[in-house]
Amino acid sequence: MSDVYFDESVILLDIEGTSNEEVLAKMGETLHNKGLVKESYVDAVIAREKEFPTGLPTSGISVALPHTDAEHVYHKGICIGVVKDKVEFGIMGDDSETTAVKLVFMLAMDEPHSQLSLLQQLMQIFQDEDTLKQLVNQTEKQAIKNLIEEKIDFTILKGAE
Amino acid sequence: MAKKKVLVACGAGVATSTVVNGAIEELAKDNNLDVDLVQIKIAEVEGHVDTADLLVTTAMTKKEYPFPVINAQSFLTGINMEGTKQEIVDALKK
Repeated sequence: MSDVYFDESVILLDIEGTSNEEVLAKMGETLHNKGLVKESYVDAVIAREKEFPTGLPTSGISVALPHTDAEHVYHKGICIGVVKDKVEFGIMGDDSETTAVKLVFMLAMDEPHSQLSLLQQLMQIFQDEDTLKQLVNQTEKQAIKNLIEEKIDFTILKGAE
Repeated sequence: MAKKKVLVACGAGVATSTVVNGAIEELAKDNNLDVDLVQIKIAEVEGHVDTADLLVTTAMTKKEYPFPVINAQSFLTGINMEGTKQEIVDALKK
């Protein structure tokens, strides 16, 4: 149980929704339907986002990194969502500002203090304007999967645990 | 120089604090700083108020603490990361 679950089934394109809650619910349900998280994950991730927002204005496309406590997670994984029309997320570490997010990386983490290399590689993507642009312009899940797998070495992650 | 206790906190203590923790570990090594890193949830800071020297966090905090608080968002976005690193080094060298 050390690998991070990621494939086309946890990539969502053109998510419709007018609030970040709607987007989070759709993504959280996707993780739940895959059996990666408990039913409680959805409410927990929405509540956590309210209390500790995860929106990040990058140099190009704003992203969000919603996640919640490990107790709601069965197996670690990432769900990637591209929203149809940008939705506002609170900015991480800021209690008043919001940012219009186009790309959401929802994390399911099954233990605290884990997955440093995965997270570091994710941050590399956040800092890479070209890759972010490519991600939001894809119309095929397969293409997104390929792009992410180019940037994140899931095999190293398996061996590193 | 005495070992400094650095709290690294985010909302859940799971994801972003892990990244920041890793970054500070490297930063401390590069600058020969002796630090004791404690990764926690922001809600757990209270329990360390008497012993900590610095709080680096990605979560917002309105409370006043007897030690400096540095926002670590730049470790996630890369924007002004060097500035934040310098802030941390300066705080630890005091």
